[in-house]
Amino acid sequence: MFDDRSPIYRQIADRIKADVLSEQIKGDEQIMSTNQYAAYYRINPATAAKAFQQLVDEGVLYKKRGIGMFVSPDARENLRAARRETFFAEVVDPMVTEAKTIGIPLGEVVQRINELGAR
Amino acid sequence: MRVEVRDLVLRYGETTALDGVTLSLEPNKIHGLLGRNGSGKTSLLSVLAAFRRQSAGEVRIGGEPVFENTAVTSRISLIRDEGETVDLGTVDDALFFAEWLRPDWDAKFASELLERFALTRKMSVKAMSKGQRSAFGVIIGLAGRAPLTMFDESHLGMDVPSRQAFYDVLLADYMARPRTIILSSHLIEEVSPLLEKVVIIDAGRVVVQEETQALLARGTAITGAAASVDAFTEGLTVLDSRHLGGTKSVLVYGALDEERRRRAEAAGLELGPVAMEDLFVHLTGGPR
Repeated sequence: MFDDRSPIYRQIADRIKADVLSEQIKGDEQIMSTNQYAAYYRINPATAAKAFQQLVDEGVLYKKRGIGMFVSPDARENLRAARRETFFAEVVDPMVTEAKTIGIPLGEVVQRINELGAR
Repeated sequence: MRVEVRDLVLRYGETTALDGVTLSLEPNKIHGLLGRNGSGKTSLLSVLAAFRRQSAGEVRIGGEPVFENTAVTSRISLIRDEGETVDLGTVDDALFFAEWLRPDWDAKFASELLERFALTRKMSVKAMSKGQRSAFGVIIGLAGRAPLTMFDESHLGMDVPSRQAFYDVLLADYMARPRTIILSSHLIEEVSPLLEKVVIIDAGRVVVQEETQALLARGTAITGAAASVDAFTEGLTVLDSRHLGGTKSVLVYGALDEERRRRAEAAGLELGPVAMEDLFVHLTGGPR
């Protein structure tokens, strides 16, 4: 049993997902080995392997027996779609709450958004 | 090498150090042995290394009994907290004996490690600082490449950069040559990421034997308004509870399913991971 809320899983998953989203690693590209991640994060390789397995189950990575782990061709699009779904709940709503808490009129926030959008 | 311990008892006169320990450690994994002072960690490791004979029970390593069985004990290495205890003279002398005792000794690796930990062959072991002696113990343990290698607080005397170097070398060498490793340490937060499995003992008995990540997953920190926290945690195993004004934070033991997590979020509660250290404190009976 492995908890996808575990801090170690999060560290590895967030790093890989960020790299996929920014196209640092592209679809069908091989990612570094479990051992390289284990050495980098100073964690047990079995723990790193479980985090990878979780990412395989989520469809972010796929395995090639005897070769290693690769980024799924549709991983980036899927991650983008998933992020779009949670964007308002996780990014916009907390921002509005914060703006209200500290007394920034929402009009000013909207104005800023429009300015940035026009750039 | 697989370690099998059944109903192990160790007594020193009137004192019972190990009170019926049963364990099975899978080969080629890094295991952690955690326990408070006097919990029996060193006693257990001493029996595994055949430094002591058990009062009752059975110990098998790689399928063989260990006591007075040199074929097995030469493949078992225990590095104790004093570091390299054999005050034989110089580093070079101690390395000579280690090589002589250890069939799996790697002299080239030992030289690399000496350089890494800034020790020289001419140094007198007796004249070493605490940190140097710990480092030397660790070197003997790593370069011995014993199929069962045990470190009993071996790195406690090292400073932070040396300990990090130890963790890096241990992991790299373990990945290159998997073997059974037991790490006993009070530096729980530092070592737990290295451990695949963890054994917690208390008062000479095994309290937990579990995969490290699975054990961590059993703990959850729940924070929020006191009344909501109380309502949510009713019927759960609460290990610890702290207040700050109207805010309450509790440590719950036992996996929470998705439904419960959704309920917690709906109630405005914050759920977070817990540190191994916190689980350890409460599984071993809190301060005494």
